[in-house]
Amino acid sequence: MAATQEEIVAGLAEIVNEIAGIPVEDVQLDKSFTDDLDVDSLSMVEVVVAAEERFDVKIPDEDVKNLKTVGDATDYILKHQG
Amino acid sequence: MAKIKPSKGAPYARILGVGGYRPTRVVPNEVILETIDSSDEWIRSRSGIETRHWANDEETVAAMSVEASGKAIADAGISAEQIGGVIVSTVSHFKQTPAVATEIADKLGTNKAAAFDISAGCAGFGYGLTLAKGMIVEGSAEYVLVIGVERLSDLTDLEDRATAFLFGDGAGAVVVGPAQEPAIGPTVWGSEGDKSETIKQTVPWTDYRSGEVAKFPAITQEGQAVFRWAVFEMAKVAKEALDAAGISAEDLDVFIPHQANERIIDSMVKTLKLPESVTVARDVRTTGNTSAASIPLAMERLLATGEAKSGDTALVIGFGAGLVYAATVVTLP
Repeated sequence: MAATQEEIVAGLAEIVNEIAGIPVEDVQLDKSFTDDLDVDSLSMVEVVVAAEERFDVKIPDEDVKNLKTVGDATDYILKHQG
Repeated sequence: MAKIKPSKGAPYARILGVGGYRPTRVVPNEVILETIDSSDEWIRSRSGIETRHWANDEETVAAMSVEASGKAIADAGISAEQIGGVIVSTVSHFKQTPAVATEIADKLGTNKAAAFDISAGCAGFGYGLTLAKGMIVEGSAEYVLVIGVERLSDLTDLEDRATAFLFGDGAGAVVVGPAQEPAIGPTVWGSEGDKSETIKQTVPWTDYRSGEVAKFPAITQEGQAVFRWAVFEMAKVAKEALDAAGISAEDLDVFIPHQANERIIDSMVKTLKLPESVTVARDVRTTGNTSAASIPLAMERLLATGEAKSGDTALVIGFGAGLVYAATVVTLP
Protein backbone atom coordinates (compact mmCIF):
# COMPACT_ATOMS: atom_id res chain seq x y z
CA MET A 1 0.00 0.00 0.00
CA ALA A 2 1.26 3.46 -0.88
CA ALA A 3 2.62 5.55 2.00
CA THR A 4 0.89 8.80 3.00
CA GLN A 5 2.68 12.13 3.20
CA GLU A 6 2.84 11.78 6.98
CA GLU A 7 4.35 8.31 6.77
CA ILE A 8 6.94 9.46 4.24
CA VAL A 9 8.08 12.37 6.41
CA ALA A 10 8.31 10.07 9.42
CA GLY A 11 10.28 7.56 7.35
CA LEU A 12 12.66 10.22 6.02
CA ALA A 13 13.13 11.51 9.58
CA GLU A 14 14.24 8.04 10.70
CA ILE A 15 16.60 7.73 7.74
CA VAL A 16 18.14 11.19 8.25
CA ASN A 17 18.49 10.44 11.94
CA GLU A 18 20.33 7.20 11.22
CA ILE A 19 22.63 8.68 8.56
CA ALA A 20 23.34 12.19 9.86
CA GLY A 21 22.36 11.89 13.53
CA ILE A 22 19.76 14.66 13.27
CA PRO A 23 16.88 14.44 15.82
CA VAL A 24 13.74 13.09 14.10
CA GLU A 25 11.64 16.05 15.24
CA ASP A 26 13.88 18.44 13.27
CA VAL A 27 13.02 16.77 9.98
CA GLN A 28 10.11 18.90 8.72
CA LEU A 29 8.72 19.54 5.23
CA ASP A 30 10.29 22.99 4.89
CA LYS A 31 13.76 21.94 6.02
CA SER A 32 16.62 21.96 3.53
CA PHE A 33 18.75 18.82 3.65
CA THR A 34 22.06 20.65 3.22
CA ASP A 35 21.39 23.98 4.94
CA ASP A 36 19.21 22.90 7.88
CA LEU A 37 19.89 19.22 8.43
CA ASP A 38 23.64 18.96 7.79
CA VAL A 39 23.14 16.31 5.10
CA ASP A 40 25.97 16.86 2.60
CA SER A 41 25.88 15.70 -1.04
CA LEU A 42 27.33 12.27 -0.23
CA SER A 43 25.06 11.65 2.78
CA MET A 44 22.18 12.71 0.52
CA VAL A 45 23.00 9.75 -1.72
CA GLU A 46 22.75 7.46 1.31
CA VAL A 47 19.42 9.05 2.27
CA VAL A 48 18.14 8.55 -1.28
CA VAL A 49 19.18 4.90 -1.44
CA ALA A 50 17.59 4.19 1.96
CA ALA A 51 14.40 5.97 0.84
CA GLU A 52 14.33 3.95 -2.38
CA GLU A 53 14.34 0.72 -0.39
CA ARG A 54 11.85 1.85 2.19
CA PHE A 55 9.28 3.34 -0.18
CA ASP A 56 9.82 1.11 -3.23
CA VAL A 57 10.71 4.03 -5.46
CA LYS A 58 13.52 4.73 -7.96
CA ILE A 59 15.26 8.09 -7.62
CA PRO A 60 17.81 8.45 -10.44
CA ASP A 61 21.01 10.49 -9.97
CA GLU A 62 19.77 13.29 -12.21
CA ASP A 63 16.72 13.81 -9.98
CA VAL A 64 18.63 13.80 -6.69
CA LYS A 65 19.90 17.38 -7.16
CA ASN A 66 16.31 18.65 -7.36
CA LEU A 67 15.45 17.30 -3.92
CA LYS A 68 16.48 20.32 -1.87
CA THR A 69 14.00 20.08 0.99
CA VAL A 70 12.26 17.31 2.90
CA GLY A 71 9.10 18.50 1.14
CA ASP A 72 10.70 18.04 -2.31
CA ALA A 73 11.67 14.48 -1.42
CA THR A 74 8.26 13.73 0.07
CA ASP A 75 6.45 14.99 -3.05
CA TYR A 76 8.79 12.98 -5.27
CA ILE A 77 8.18 9.78 -3.33
CA LEU A 78 4.40 10.38 -3.21
CA LYS A 79 4.35 10.73 -7.00
CA HIS A 80 6.73 7.89 -7.89
CA GLN A 81 6.21 5.21 -5.23
CA GLY A 82 5.33 1.70 -6.42
CA MET B 1 47.18 -34.04 -37.26
CA ALA B 2 50.26 -32.93 -35.30
CA LYS B 3 49.80 -32.87 -31.56
CA ILE B 4 50.61 -29.67 -29.65
CA LYS B 5 52.21 -30.18 -26.25
CA PRO B 6 50.13 -28.54 -23.50
CA SER B 7 51.70 -25.88 -21.29
CA LYS B 8 52.28 -26.77 -17.67
CA GLY B 9 51.71 -24.26 -14.91
CA ALA B 10 51.63 -24.15 -11.11
CA PRO B 11 48.56 -25.55 -9.32
CA TYR B 12 47.78 -22.15 -7.76
CA ALA B 13 49.17 -18.63 -7.46
CA ARG B 14 49.77 -16.27 -4.56
CA ILE B 15 51.11 -12.81 -3.80
CA LEU B 16 54.67 -13.35 -2.54
CA GLY B 17 55.82 -9.81 -1.94
CA VAL B 18 54.64 -6.20 -2.00
CA GLY B 19 56.40 -2.86 -2.34
CA GLY B 20 55.42 0.78 -2.60
CA TYR B 21 56.86 4.12 -3.59
CA ARG B 22 55.44 7.42 -2.41
CA PRO B 23 56.86 10.61 -3.92
CA THR B 24 59.00 12.76 -1.64
CA ARG B 25 56.79 15.86 -1.84
CA VAL B 26 53.94 15.77 0.69
CA VAL B 27 51.12 18.14 -0.27
CA PRO B 28 48.77 19.28 2.50
CA ASN B 29 45.26 20.62 1.88
CA GLU B 30 46.54 24.19 2.34
CA VAL B 31 48.33 23.95 -1.00
CA ILE B 32 45.13 22.79 -2.72
CA LEU B 33 43.29 25.76 -1.20
CA GLU B 34 45.54 28.15 -3.14
CA THR B 35 43.60 27.36 -6.32
CA ILE B 36 40.09 26.43 -5.14
CA ASP B 37 37.56 28.13 -2.90
CA SER B 38 37.14 25.49 -0.19
CA SER B 39 38.42 24.66 3.29
CA ASP B 40 40.54 22.06 5.02
CA GLU B 41 37.47 21.00 7.01
CA TRP B 42 35.35 20.60 3.86
CA ILE B 43 38.00 18.50 2.10
CA ARG B 44 38.51 16.26 5.14
CA SER B 45 34.80 15.77 5.76
CA ARG B 46 34.04 14.93 2.11
CA SER B 47 37.07 12.73 1.44
CA GLY B 48 39.08 12.01 4.57
CA ILE B 49 42.16 13.31 2.76
CA GLU B 50 44.69 15.29 4.81
CA THR B 51 47.76 15.06 2.59
CA ARG B 52 48.79 13.44 -0.68
CA HIS B 53 52.12 12.97 -2.48
CA TRP B 54 52.92 14.69 -5.77
CA ALA B 55 55.78 13.46 -7.93
CA ASN B 56 58.62 15.71 -9.09
CA ASP B 57 60.25 15.59 -12.52
CA GLU B 58 62.57 12.74 -11.54
CA GLU B 59 59.76 10.67 -10.05
CA THR B 60 58.52 9.40 -13.39
CA VAL B 61 56.05 6.56 -13.86
CA ALA B 62 58.97 4.28 -14.72
CA ALA B 63 61.21 5.47 -11.86
CA MET B 64 58.49 5.08 -9.22
CA SER B 65 57.61 1.64 -10.60
CA VAL B 66 61.22 0.45 -10.47
CA GLU B 67 61.49 1.57 -6.82
CA ALA B 68 58.25 -0.14 -5.77
CA SER B 69 59.05 -3.28 -7.77
CA GLY B 70 62.54 -3.59 -6.32
CA LYS B 71 61.02 -3.65 -2.83
CA ALA B 72 58.36 -6.19 -3.90
CA ILE B 73 61.00 -8.48 -5.44
CA ALA B 74 63.14 -8.29 -2.29
CA ASP B 75 60.05 -8.92 -0.14
CA ALA B 76 59.24 -12.00 -2.24
CA GLY B 77 62.78 -13.30 -1.79
CA ILE B 78 63.38 -13.92 -5.48
CA SER B 79 65.68 -12.31 -8.03
CA ALA B 80 64.65 -10.11 -10.94
CA GLU B 81 65.86 -12.71 -13.49
CA GLN B 82 63.14 -15.07 -12.29
CA ILE B 83 60.37 -12.65 -13.32
CA GLY B 84 58.67 -13.85 -16.49
CA GLY B 85 56.04 -11.15 -16.83
CA VAL B 86 55.64 -7.46 -16.00
CA ILE B 87 52.12 -6.00 -16.08
CA VAL B 88 51.74 -2.26 -15.53
CA SER B 89 48.38 -0.65 -14.94
CA THR B 90 48.36 3.11 -15.43
CA VAL B 91 46.31 5.89 -16.99
CA SER B 92 48.89 8.62 -16.47
CA HIS B 93 51.95 7.57 -18.45
CA PHE B 94 52.13 10.17 -21.19
CA LYS B 95 54.24 8.28 -23.67
CA GLN B 96 52.04 5.48 -24.87
CA THR B 97 54.52 3.85 -27.22
CA PRO B 98 56.37 1.81 -26.25
CA ALA B 99 54.63 0.40 -23.17
CA VAL B 100 56.38 1.62 -20.02
CA ALA B 101 56.40 -2.00 -18.77
CA THR B 102 59.28 -2.82 -21.12
CA GLU B 103 61.51 -0.08 -19.67
CA ILE B 104 60.66 -1.20 -16.13
CA ALA B 105 61.38 -4.85 -16.95
CA ASP B 106 64.76 -3.85 -18.37
CA LYS B 107 65.74 -1.49 -15.53
CA LEU B 108 64.88 -4.15 -12.97
CA GLY B 109 67.19 -6.62 -14.68
CA THR B 110 64.63 -9.20 -15.72
CA ASN B 111 65.64 -11.69 -18.40
CA LYS B 112 63.55 -10.34 -21.30
CA ALA B 113 60.31 -10.75 -19.33
CA ALA B 114 57.05 -10.37 -21.26
CA ALA B 115 55.98 -6.80 -20.48
CA PHE B 116 52.87 -4.80 -21.27
CA ASP B 117 50.63 -2.01 -20.00
CA ILE B 118 46.91 -2.23 -19.27
CA SER B 119 44.32 0.49 -18.84
CA ALA B 120 41.67 -0.37 -16.28
CA GLY B 121 41.56 2.79 -14.19
CA CYS B 122 41.17 2.23 -10.46
CA ALA B 123 40.40 -1.47 -11.05
CA GLY B 124 43.80 -1.90 -12.71
CA PHE B 125 45.43 -3.75 -9.82
CA GLY B 126 42.71 -6.42 -9.74
CA TYR B 127 42.78 -6.76 -13.50
CA GLY B 128 46.56 -7.16 -13.45
CA LEU B 129 46.45 -9.62 -10.57
CA THR B 130 43.91 -11.75 -12.43
CA LEU B 131 46.07 -11.79 -15.56
CA ALA B 132 49.16 -12.67 -13.50
CA LYS B 133 47.38 -15.55 -11.78
CA GLY B 134 46.27 -16.86 -15.17
CA MET B 135 49.80 -16.66 -16.58
CA ILE B 136 51.24 -18.59 -13.62
CA VAL B 137 48.58 -21.29 -13.50
CA GLU B 138 48.66 -21.64 -17.29
CA GLY B 139 52.44 -21.88 -17.27
CA SER B 140 53.63 -18.93 -19.35
CA ALA B 141 55.53 -17.37 -16.43
CA GLU B 142 56.69 -18.56 -13.02
CA TYR B 143 56.74 -15.12 -11.39
CA VAL B 144 54.83 -12.05 -12.54
CA LEU B 145 55.18 -8.49 -11.35
CA VAL B 146 51.93 -6.51 -11.15
CA ILE B 147 52.45 -2.76 -10.86
CA GLY B 148 49.86 -0.03 -10.30
CA VAL B 149 51.40 3.40 -10.91
CA GLU B 150 50.00 6.89 -11.39
CA ARG B 151 51.01 10.50 -11.67
CA LEU B 152 47.46 11.78 -11.37
CA SER B 153 48.73 15.23 -10.39
CA ASP B 154 49.43 15.62 -14.12
CA LEU B 155 45.74 14.95 -14.87
CA THR B 156 44.30 17.09 -12.08
CA ASP B 157 42.46 20.34 -12.75
CA LEU B 158 43.63 22.38 -9.79
CA GLU B 159 40.75 24.81 -10.31
CA ASP B 160 38.04 22.14 -10.09
CA ARG B 161 36.84 22.27 -6.50
CA ALA B 162 35.23 18.81 -6.79
CA THR B 163 38.43 16.97 -7.73
CA ALA B 164 41.48 19.19 -7.10
CA PHE B 165 42.04 17.69 -3.65
CA LEU B 166 41.41 14.05 -4.57
CA PHE B 167 44.33 12.75 -6.53
CA GLY B 168 47.84 11.71 -5.65
CA ASP B 169 50.87 10.03 -7.18
CA GLY B 170 52.71 6.82 -6.37
CA ALA B 171 53.47 3.24 -7.30
CA GLY B 172 52.58 -0.08 -5.72
CA ALA B 173 53.80 -3.47 -6.87
CA VAL B 174 53.35 -7.12 -6.01
CA VAL B 175 55.18 -10.26 -7.07
CA VAL B 176 52.81 -13.10 -7.88
CA GLY B 177 54.21 -16.62 -8.00
CA PRO B 178 53.39 -20.33 -7.75
CA ALA B 179 51.61 -21.84 -4.74
CA GLN B 180 50.50 -25.28 -3.56
CA GLU B 181 47.31 -23.93 -1.95
CA PRO B 182 44.79 -21.41 -3.33
CA ALA B 183 45.82 -17.91 -2.20
CA ILE B 184 44.05 -15.74 -4.79
CA GLY B 185 40.33 -16.38 -5.03
CA PRO B 186 38.11 -16.18 -8.09
CA THR B 187 37.91 -12.63 -9.45
CA VAL B 188 34.52 -10.99 -9.75
CA TRP B 189 35.08 -8.35 -12.41
CA GLY B 190 33.35 -6.53 -15.20
CA SER B 191 32.64 -3.28 -16.98
CA GLU B 192 29.69 -0.91 -17.30
CA GLY B 193 30.46 1.17 -20.36
CA ASP B 194 26.98 2.70 -20.27
CA LYS B 195 28.29 4.73 -17.31
CA SER B 196 31.48 5.85 -19.07
CA GLU B 197 30.56 9.52 -18.59
CA THR B 198 30.64 9.37 -14.77
CA ILE B 199 34.46 9.38 -14.54
CA LYS B 200 36.43 10.48 -17.57
CA GLN B 201 39.17 12.55 -19.13
CA THR B 202 37.68 15.92 -20.08
CA VAL B 203 38.76 15.91 -23.74
CA PRO B 204 40.85 13.67 -26.04
CA TRP B 205 44.53 14.61 -26.45
CA THR B 206 43.89 15.35 -30.13
CA ASP B 207 41.44 18.15 -29.22
CA TYR B 208 44.14 19.72 -27.09
CA ARG B 209 46.77 19.33 -29.82
CA SER B 210 44.55 20.92 -32.46
CA GLY B 211 43.91 23.88 -30.18
CA GLU B 212 40.19 23.12 -30.07
CA VAL B 213 40.48 23.33 -26.28
CA ALA B 214 43.04 25.45 -24.49
CA LYS B 215 43.04 23.61 -21.16
CA PHE B 216 45.15 20.48 -20.69
CA PRO B 217 42.92 17.39 -20.24
CA ALA B 218 42.05 16.37 -16.69
CA ILE B 219 39.97 13.74 -14.92
CA THR B 220 36.44 14.77 -13.96
CA GLN B 221 33.70 12.88 -12.22
CA GLU B 222 30.06 13.10 -11.21
CA GLY B 223 30.52 12.81 -7.47
CA GLN B 224 27.06 11.66 -6.40
CA ALA B 225 26.67 9.11 -9.20
CA VAL B 226 30.12 7.69 -8.50
CA PHE B 227 29.43 7.55 -4.77
CA ARG B 228 26.17 5.67 -5.24
CA TRP B 229 27.69 3.17 -7.65
CA ALA B 230 30.84 2.69 -5.59
CA VAL B 231 29.08 2.14 -2.29
CA PHE B 232 25.99 0.20 -3.20
CA GLU B 233 26.83 -1.62 -6.44
CA MET B 234 30.41 -2.37 -5.39
CA ALA B 235 29.26 -3.73 -2.02
CA LYS B 236 27.34 -6.36 -4.01
CA VAL B 237 30.46 -7.16 -6.05
CA ALA B 238 32.54 -7.41 -2.86
CA LYS B 239 29.98 -9.82 -1.41
CA GLU B 240 30.07 -11.91 -4.61
CA ALA B 241 33.87 -12.12 -4.37
CA LEU B 242 33.62 -13.35 -0.77
CA ASP B 243 31.01 -15.94 -1.77
CA ALA B 244 33.07 -17.04 -4.79
CA ALA B 245 36.07 -17.63 -2.49
CA GLY B 246 33.91 -19.40 0.11
CA ILE B 247 34.88 -16.83 2.73
CA SER B 248 32.42 -15.28 5.18
CA ALA B 249 32.77 -11.74 6.54
CA GLU B 250 33.70 -13.34 9.88
CA ASP B 251 36.62 -15.21 8.24
CA LEU B 252 38.00 -11.98 6.85
CA ASP B 253 41.00 -10.27 8.50
CA VAL B 254 41.52 -7.27 6.24
CA PHE B 255 39.49 -5.15 3.81
CA ILE B 256 41.48 -3.22 1.20
CA PRO B 257 39.11 -1.29 -1.04
CA HIS B 258 40.40 1.10 -3.69
CA GLN B 259 41.37 4.25 -1.78
CA ALA B 260 39.04 6.61 -3.63
CA ASN B 261 37.53 8.50 -0.74
CA GLU B 262 37.16 7.65 2.96
CA ARG B 263 33.42 8.31 2.83
CA ILE B 264 33.06 5.56 0.21
CA ILE B 265 35.15 3.25 2.40
CA ASP B 266 33.01 4.02 5.50
CA SER B 267 29.76 3.44 3.64
CA MET B 268 31.02 0.22 2.06
CA VAL B 269 32.03 -1.15 5.45
CA LYS B 270 28.55 -0.29 6.76
CA THR B 271 26.73 -1.73 3.73
CA LEU B 272 28.81 -4.93 3.84
CA LYS B 273 28.21 -5.18 7.62
CA LEU B 274 31.87 -6.07 8.16
CA PRO B 275 32.61 -7.13 11.75
CA GLU B 276 34.70 -4.79 13.93
CA SER B 277 37.49 -7.36 13.86
CA VAL B 278 38.21 -6.64 10.18
CA THR B 279 41.11 -4.21 9.64
CA VAL B 280 40.11 -1.59 7.07
CA ALA B 281 42.71 0.18 4.89
CA ARG B 282 42.45 3.98 5.16
CA ASP B 283 45.63 4.95 3.36
CA VAL B 284 43.62 7.56 1.41
CA ARG B 285 44.04 9.97 4.35
CA THR B 286 47.71 10.55 3.62
CA THR B 287 48.05 9.25 0.08
CA GLY B 288 44.94 10.55 -1.68
CA ASN B 289 43.41 8.63 -4.55
CA THR B 290 46.22 7.04 -6.58
CA SER B 291 43.96 4.98 -8.86
CA ALA B 292 45.65 1.71 -9.88
CA ALA B 293 48.38 2.19 -7.25
CA SER B 294 46.05 2.57 -4.28
CA ILE B 295 45.45 -1.08 -3.35
CA PRO B 296 49.08 -2.28 -3.38
CA LEU B 297 50.16 0.94 -1.63
CA ALA B 298 47.53 0.41 1.09
CA MET B 299 48.50 -3.26 1.37
CA GLU B 300 52.16 -2.37 1.78
CA ARG B 301 51.37 0.17 4.50
CA LEU B 302 49.11 -2.17 6.50
CA LEU B 303 51.85 -4.81 6.51
CA ALA B 304 54.59 -2.28 7.30
CA THR B 305 52.71 -0.83 10.29
CA GLY B 306 51.74 -4.26 11.60
CA GLU B 307 48.00 -3.55 11.28
CA ALA B 308 47.90 -6.60 9.00
CA LYS B 309 50.22 -9.59 8.90
CA SER B 310 51.47 -12.13 6.43
CA GLY B 311 48.93 -14.92 5.95
CA ASP B 312 45.93 -12.71 6.70
CA THR B 313 42.89 -13.13 4.47
CA ALA B 314 42.08 -9.88 2.66
CA LEU B 315 39.28 -8.76 0.40
CA VAL B 316 40.53 -6.36 -2.29
CA ILE B 317 38.23 -4.43 -4.58
CA GLY B 318 39.04 -1.83 -7.21
CA PHE B 319 36.49 0.26 -9.09
CA GLY B 320 36.62 3.33 -11.26
CA ALA B 321 36.65 4.92 -14.69
CA GLY B 322 35.05 2.76 -17.35
CA LEU B 323 33.23 2.05 -15.27
CA VAL B 324 35.20 -1.08 -14.39
CA TYR B 325 35.61 -3.18 -11.27
CA ALA B 326 37.48 -6.20 -9.93
CA ALA B 327 37.23 -7.89 -6.53
CA THR B 328 38.98 -10.92 -5.10
CA VAL B 329 40.03 -12.51 -1.84
CA VAL B 330 43.77 -12.94 -1.33
CA THR B 331 46.19 -14.24 1.27
CA LEU B 332 48.53 -11.41 2.22
CA PRO B 333 52.25 -11.91 1.53
